Amino acid sequence: MSLHIKNGRVIDPASGKDAVGDVYVADGKIVEKVKAEKTIDAKGLVVCPGFIDIAARLREPGYEYKATLESEMDAAAAGGVTSLACPPDTDPPLDEPGLVDMLRRRAKALSRARVYPLGALTVKLEGRNLAEMAELREAGCVAFSQGNAPLADNLVLWRALQYAATFDFPVWLRAEDAALARGGVSHDGEVATRLGLQGIPAFAETTALATLLELARAAGARVHVCRLSTAGAVELIARAKRDKQPVTCDVSIHHVHLSDMDLGYFDSNCRLEPPLRSQRDRDALSRGLAEGVIDCLCSDHTPVDEDGKHLPFAEAEPGATGLELLLPLTLKWGEARKLPLAQTLARITSAPARILGVTSGRLEPGAPGDIAIFDPSAMLRVVPEALKSQGKNTPFLGHELPGRVRYTIVAGNVVHEG
Amino acid sequence: MARNPQLNANGELQHLLSIEGLPREVLTQILDTAESFAGVTEREVKKVPLLRGKSVFNLFFEPSTRTRTTFEIAAKRLSADVINLNIALSSQTKGESLLDTVANLSAMQADIFVVRHAASGAPFLIARHVKPHEHVVNAGDGRHAHPTQGLLDLFTIRHYKKDFTQLTVAIVGDVLHSRVARSLIHGLTTLGAPEVRVIGPQTLMPAGVEALGVKVFHDMHAGLKDCDVVVMLRLQNERMDGALLPSAQEYFKTYGLTLDKLARARRDAIVMHPGPMNRGVEIDSSVADGPHSVILPQVTFGIAVRMAVMSIVAGN
Repeated sequence: MSLHIKNGRVIDPASGKDAVGDVYVADGKIVEKVKAEKTIDAKGLVVCPGFIDIAARLREPGYEYKATLESEMDAAAAGGVTSLACPPDTDPPLDEPGLVDMLRRRAKALSRARVYPLGALTVKLEGRNLAEMAELREAGCVAFSQGNAPLADNLVLWRALQYAATFDFPVWLRAEDAALARGGVSHDGEVATRLGLQGIPAFAETTALATLLELARAAGARVHVCRLSTAGAVELIARAKRDKQPVTCDVSIHHVHLSDMDLGYFDSNCRLEPPLRSQRDRDALSRGLAEGVIDCLCSDHTPVDEDGKHLPFAEAEPGATGLELLLPLTLKWGEARKLPLAQTLARITSAPARILGVTSGRLEPGAPGDIAIFDPSAMLRVVPEALKSQGKNTPFLGHELPGRVRYTIVAGNVVHEG
Repeated sequence: MARNPQLNANGELQHLLSIEGLPREVLTQILDTAESFAGVTEREVKKVPLLRGKSVFNLFFEPSTRTRTTFEIAAKRLSADVINLNIALSSQTKGESLLDTVANLSAMQADIFVVRHAASGAPFLIARHVKPHEHVVNAGDGRHAHPTQGLLDLFTIRHYKKDFTQLTVAIVGDVLHSRVARSLIHGLTTLGAPEVRVIGPQTLMPAGVEALGVKVFHDMHAGLKDCDVVVMLRLQNERMDGALLPSAQEYFKTYGLTLDKLARARRDAIVMHPGPMNRGVEIDSSVADGPHSVILPQVTFGIAVRMAVMSIVAGN
């Protein structure tokens, strides 16, 4: 199957290209030119690499009542997401090659986005014994992570980093001190005080991050820090990068737009991990992402069923649906920072591709034929009916956001047309 | 931010969920109405027919004796039918969700839900899901709010001190876990009290508490100086487990209210406590039973205040 996408505004963030032109795909890859069987007229639309979301929970295995692979792969396609990494905090966690293999085969059979599983760093994510990383790597895990499960024991962390570094396996972790965060559901500040919610102090993140960076340096491990939420963490990462430490990090689409003020009167859609923090933190994250201290944006897609959210704030399940909002919220961020579109899109294409170590995320000949075609000026009204994801929970319900995906193409096949 | 969920489209009190965000006029209306009910509770026939034919459901997801009883008395004095549900022991343990419980009771024709819940914000969730003619009164949610306690505290202060605009009020103790403190602080700042202080160790102060409009003192003697009103908070025993405090003895020594420490306050200061008291932990018996104490009148006023709240929401 070959494809000719004509007259679109072609943006390739990896090379900085932004010009009206044509893109050709043949045999699943981008090519210079080909006599195509199918043509898409992309006049007035942006043609760019398919989006790469490095944190999307598909909820399988174990949480099929919240979402299924089918529903969430549909959501990915609708959101223009052509590659995604899924954290290992499923039930059971992805700590055995068989589970990883099954997930990959199920995902492949659906032939939509490419799925890159993250393997569990420790058995059952319990933070005690190392998972069989080499085996998991062979089964297709691209990195090792704890998801949102805490790793309280620094000795285990140290050994996990040493072991991963032995084989040059990347380790992806959130920075949160388990004891300082215990029982907390909200940023420890004025809003939590007013609402009577137990707080998680900002230093629960910065102290854990300082420890993680120090241990990673000593072990020579490649670390990706997931979901920064504080201004202090942005500073620590900036310093580590200045010191040439091989570290990358991401922030979620929620944390560059929202703060704890958005909790309003206990809106459980704002119950997230890490918690939404102060406006100062939000601004520092947004700036850090623009300045390149933070490498990329992710949706941190976590579909939660209605029963899990129709609860008092502290009892509600954390997480928000996000795959279909990744592009709109990235565009909104880029507009607010007044960035050229190519630079904005780099945060969900070329930058995450680099972190994942994949060849997609670019439009060069030879790269995978993974493409998103979207209308940057069409608005998306965020209502439950508009979302393909089984999770309808998002703090952005009711918002109008810019950017509608018209076509999603994976390996040259159109997997979404809207 | 969305419209204050406890007010209806006309700005009238539809539910009482929190004192925060209520206009001064609404607070004054409640206190004035309570004043008019104070007479009823002293009559031989202690009843008015305002809520005749209405059903008040006391939904206590967390155990309580005093608050539940005073709500029950208040509802009965308004001639309502009162149904007490001790949910801590029934449906929740069977796995029924909070909203299912409320929907079931709603199907039994409830008019007012009086709700106590261990989770902050639970009454807001319920208020979002009840029918338009149903009303929710928060009887204490987590650490967040206890608005009828705050109102009865305001009523007590107004009864003894008349005018809020000259007062220095100190709230002493475990502010971190206290819904009583939060509600009273919002009430006092709304009614114009010029100086509200909180006194306690750092471990019992919530982050950024100054943003509520209070001055923080860690020294009891300095904090009590020239106060007109001293509100002592209950210190729960379980606070000794979490490395918040070394011991009850040390707490009493540093922050327990004794006659000696009370001497720093104004000569005509009143001493309040939301109860139940831990004598010898946060307050000495000589103060609790002494001439400055208005702790028992607080309980009596609590009935009139709860009558006022229920009659006002039911009328809106």
